[in-house]
Amino acid sequence: MRYYTYFPGCSSSDGGSRAYGQSALAVAKALDVELIELEDWNCCGSTPYTSVEALGSFCLSARNLALAEKRGLDLVTPCSACYLILSRTNSYLREYPKLRAKVGEALAAGGLEYRRTARVRHLLDIFANDIGYDKIASMVKEDLSGLKVAPYYGCQVVRPGPSFDHPESPQSLDRLIESLGARATPFPLKTRCCGGSLIISEEDIALELIHKLLDSASSNGAECIVTVCPLCQTNLDVYQGRVNKKFKTSFNLPILFFTQLMGVAFGIEGKALALEKCIVSTEKALARYVGR
Amino acid sequence: MKTNVQVGNTFLEEICAVPGGEQIRMCIQCGTCTASCPNANRMDHGPRELIAMARAGMRQEVLSSNSMWFCASCYLCTVRCPRDIKPTELMHALEHLAVRHGLSNARTRTPTMYRSFSDFVYSIGSVPEMGFMTWFLVLARTNPLRALKMLPLMFSLIRHGRISVRARRLKPEAERQLRAILDKAEAMGGMS
Repeated sequence: MRYYTYFPGCSSSDGGSRAYGQSALAVAKALDVELIELEDWNCCGSTPYTSVEALGSFCLSARNLALAEKRGLDLVTPCSACYLILSRTNSYLREYPKLRAKVGEALAAGGLEYRRTARVRHLLDIFANDIGYDKIASMVKEDLSGLKVAPYYGCQVVRPGPSFDHPESPQSLDRLIESLGARATPFPLKTRCCGGSLIISEEDIALELIHKLLDSASSNGAECIVTVCPLCQTNLDVYQGRVNKKFKTSFNLPILFFTQLMGVAFGIEGKALALEKCIVSTEKALARYVGR
Repeated sequence: MKTNVQVGNTFLEEICAVPGGEQIRMCIQCGTCTASCPNANRMDHGPRELIAMARAGMRQEVLSSNSMWFCASCYLCTVRCPRDIKPTELMHALEHLAVRHGLSNARTRTPTMYRSFSDFVYSIGSVPEMGFMTWFLVLARTNPLRALKMLPLMFSLIRHGRISVRARRLKPEAERQLRAILDKAEAMGGMS
């Protein structure tokens, strides 16, 4: 059994991507990984808080890191934005002594202290590097051979880094997909941007980026896309219909969290993986492979 | 030397004082950032040009432009910059300065979206998506017709169980702790 402190982030805990959190916990359990949720964690603040109130944004992360540090385990999050924001705070506190002093003073107002020992990890890193592809392959019960999956990393899991994989040409998710018995398709845009939260304020810009991603995945023969980030999943899945309308396309690509695909391969039943929460139905794409 | 500092380019100094902003002095104007940016074509000025303008002291033009608000924080420019400038962080710093000086660009709704997100983080320490979206539409004074166009999307989210009505709440003492920390941070008046 391996133990980690778990930081689900707003979206994967009980927000729009709760399917991610749910499937992550189910798959972790199958792999003898215990994810112990950090008590009373707060939102990481994401990009918006950084832009509006810079010092406060570091304090948001520092509170989480200080709480996690007390437990002494690696802090794991399935969300790429949380991963970036928490890691960024760690490196800024290391690089900028003046900022460190200010954040320390603010934390003290809440009776906390952070000694900068909390290690931030992404769930993909845990599965790929701590658990390993062999162990994952040994858990596979469904024969997914032939299923063509586009590995979509998005931006913030590999950039700005230093991360556990290459900033522009990462391989860990490709290898994980292959270890599940499925085929990782070439996907030249695998670390390109989905538009992030601009989908809310500048929809046209984001739809254009999403269109490029769907087009690239689809033209490389993918039957589905897997993501490692709540926002990537939301943009590609929830807004796929709007892309089709705007660009007169007919994409029908299921967008799964990588933990959902792992769960399917492990033979975990669909309900526990919350597959029904995908807007573009996963049934047709998976039916040919599951239970044969 | 002292005189030089006093009559110097205060805008540039202001940027350099923000952690992450100091590298702007190293820029060689190669344009790798602009070439890498997925949204440069929508910006008033691409990242390279924006850096040149900032270094020329064009404070008003830089801070009132839409450029930084179209940055999606994909960090492609950051990992490619040959001078280790972090254009993404620079964009955040410029957003922050624009907000502080009341110069937010009126042609993009991103500042308002960021504000509505941050309001929730500050007041309850979490972001319930439904509340955040509604608050954004209100703050952005969204045309009701435009809001109506969002309805099909809302319905499909509800149908698939992807909308949470209730916000996740921290324990009251944790919420108070968070607020005390954030208030203290604000009272200290910024990062630099």
